[in-house]
Amino acid sequence: MDMFIKFLVAAIGAGTPLLFGTVGEILNEKVGHLNLGVEGMMAIGACAGFMGGYFSDSFLVALLAAFFAGMLAALIYAVLTVTFMADQNVAGLTMTIFGVGISNFIGVLMITRSETGTLKLPENVTAQMRGVHIPLLSDLSVVGELLFQYTPFVYLGIAVAAVCGFYLYKTKTGLNVQAIGENPGAADAASIPVTRWKYFNILLGGGICGIGGAYCGMIINGGVWISNSVNGLGWIAVALVIFAAWKPHMAILGSFVFGALRVLKFYKVGFMAGWPDAFFDVLPFLITALVLIVTSMRGSKGVHIPASLGVNYFREER
Amino acid sequence: MSQQNSAIRCSSITKTFGSVVANDSIELEVSYGEILALLGENGSGKTTLMNMISGIYHPDEGQIYVGGEPVSITSPMDAQNLGIGMIHQHFKLVEVFSAMENIVLGTPGRLKSRRAMKQEVLDLCKNYGLEIDPEKRVYEMSVSEKQTVEILKVLYRGAKILILDEPTAVLTPQETDKLFNILRQMKQQGCAIIIITHKLGEVLDISDRVTILRKGKSVGSVETAQVDAAKLTELMVGHKVSLAIERPEPVDAHTILKVVDLTVAKPDGSKGLEDVNFRIRSGQILGVAGVAGSGQKELCEAIAGLIPAQKGAVLYKKENILGKTPDEIIDLGISMSFVPEDRLGMGLVAGMGMTDNMLLKSYRSGKGPLVDRAPARDLAKRLMKELSIVTPGIETPVRLMSGGNVQKVLLGREIESNPNLLITAYPVRGLDINSSYLIYDLLNKQKQKGVAVVFIGEDLDVLLELCDRILVLCHGRVTGIVDAKTTTKEEIGLMMTGEMSAEEKEKEAAEA
Repeated sequence: MDMFIKFLVAAIGAGTPLLFGTVGEILNEKVGHLNLGVEGMMAIGACAGFMGGYFSDSFLVALLAAFFAGMLAALIYAVLTVTFMADQNVAGLTMTIFGVGISNFIGVLMITRSETGTLKLPENVTAQMRGVHIPLLSDLSVVGELLFQYTPFVYLGIAVAAVCGFYLYKTKTGLNVQAIGENPGAADAASIPVTRWKYFNILLGGGICGIGGAYCGMIINGGVWISNSVNGLGWIAVALVIFAAWKPHMAILGSFVFGALRVLKFYKVGFMAGWPDAFFDVLPFLITALVLIVTSMRGSKGVHIPASLGVNYFREER
Repeated sequence: MSQQNSAIRCSSITKTFGSVVANDSIELEVSYGEILALLGENGSGKTTLMNMISGIYHPDEGQIYVGGEPVSITSPMDAQNLGIGMIHQHFKLVEVFSAMENIVLGTPGRLKSRRAMKQEVLDLCKNYGLEIDPEKRVYEMSVSEKQTVEILKVLYRGAKILILDEPTAVLTPQETDKLFNILRQMKQQGCAIIIITHKLGEVLDISDRVTILRKGKSVGSVETAQVDAAKLTELMVGHKVSLAIERPEPVDAHTILKVVDLTVAKPDGSKGLEDVNFRIRSGQILGVAGVAGSGQKELCEAIAGLIPAQKGAVLYKKENILGKTPDEIIDLGISMSFVPEDRLGMGLVAGMGMTDNMLLKSYRSGKGPLVDRAPARDLAKRLMKELSIVTPGIETPVRLMSGGNVQKVLLGREIESNPNLLITAYPVRGLDINSSYLIYDLLNKQKQKGVAVVFIGEDLDVLLELCDRILVLCHGRVTGIVDAKTTTKEEIGLMMTGEMSAEEKEKEAAEA
């Protein structure tokens, strides 16, 4: 029982960066932009978050730095694809290569300049990003452990997903935004400012991905900078969007399930004991592939892919 | 026309796309309480002009006045604020949204509850005598329902100036009448309406005035009451045109194909064709009428052997050709040519020139591993001359050619293979009057050579004049096979909506 609770707690932790990435990508895809740069935007967020915390000695500044860095990266993507109508796949892949590269570059540069040869977040920051402690609630057995002692990232992620779900599915703006992803021509004819909302969603999505990256950069390696901390999570997030059927609240479930898959290797029980760790490392990607196959077979019109996903919109096209 | 009553006035509007001048100093005016028809051949700039009024394009030169005031319309939102609503030829609807979601889309204000939204839409319907289920999703709707949603969308925004781009192209005659009644009612309520259509009968029926465009220029406006179809065509084309379509007597008509109980499934599992029975005779043109999507595509493709049939047979001299490969069918002695609806998708390779497209049909005949382009080049040159195809050269990619010329290339190639069965799907869709008549001539020539021609069409007037027999499809079923000389447009219209008279049923049974 004790081990199972530990497993769940670990799963939620491991799923949190995925949650940010998935919600960010949902915002992108809802306006018809398949942004394959999630991995890159997260890497940039990881670097910005870490360095923000390192220099400012403040967790809040770290979060803001990650958010705005992710947004800035998304701005590049948006300018390329929305304004200049560059191919979305190429722009996204470029963003990934660029993001991971510059993040590692800055990391290495900082390490060579440091006196100790390692980069470690200041005490103050690590203290703030550690699990919250709410008197009484956090001390409850089981419930307290399961619900009230996570890092602020977890609560922030769930809140972001909930707000984005409300925004997309319960507001007029959300309806308009969805129309853009389905049929930008129809949205345009209905006098919805297509370009403005595309920028808004892509930038907001990039910022959210950036925060997910900050989790990777700051938490996963315990406050020490190590290159490639995002390590493929961005790609899983892209696939999780499909698993979540473009719904942010489903992304909460999806990312925690995938988080569980990622930490399964540390909690091998019974019949799994003899299986190699490498198998468990592959598992999330394997399941991702399966999810992609199954969801593309489902093909029902109700929960379907935004019809104009991946297609740039040019009003005067003849 | 008094100044304060003017809804829209366009003054020397010019718009160029690259080196193409789509609109050249166009003048147009429409008043409130008036229906203006905008007439012109393909590429005469009608849609371009309307797109400028609705804010999709921006004019390079000239001035648009709304209600007498000069305005600058730079986006659809500006147009909406000026009370202008456009119903596009290709509907601008979000397929997965419900009718009411599409209607409120993009309007200011908070998202209302489903109940309130529904009530609002129903009230609007009542005011204008329209009918729609507000909760129905667009992808489940028929074309005429989609059009109703488009109209409601415009009305919901309080538009007083309505632009309709070829609204009747996809409607049955009955649906067209209904639409015209709605338009007349809106005119009564003081709306200004501009309607674009190719069909002269409709222009004469609905409009108060007609403005004619020719090659991007406005050639004038006339009161509808003072003109007839011949005069309108003359204004549109620039010279007198005989509007009669020839119908030579069929020669040596004998059955070459007999279609028995043909049943075909659509990709989504629903029935595309159900128990279809008819005969195709040589030396005749068999017209196929029906609302778009009634099974025409499935019919062509099943006979051409492109999609499998669930049930039934297509008999050639008592031999079933269903399930045979094209090679085997040719060996039986049928030479079939199929001119598909989607010319640049299925018919021709868009990125290749005329020569290479000719090769697609004859590559088997060459010997050895190398391609001999000489015969194909000669053929391309000959077709270009015979059919007066306008293209910079025979190696120019066909996608750069205009619709009419693309059709000529395709039809020319198919006819060149000396078919005894020619299936054409919407061969004149999107073609202007001159090109259309050239295509009718080509088909008639084939008919006189004894070729069996199947003509899938949408303009009932043309079907009635050109074809010998007309088969009517509705939801994948044959609702009638009639003699084109004796039937009427109304009769076919009724059959298109699924009303089959007992007499027709009998006839059909006898045919099969």
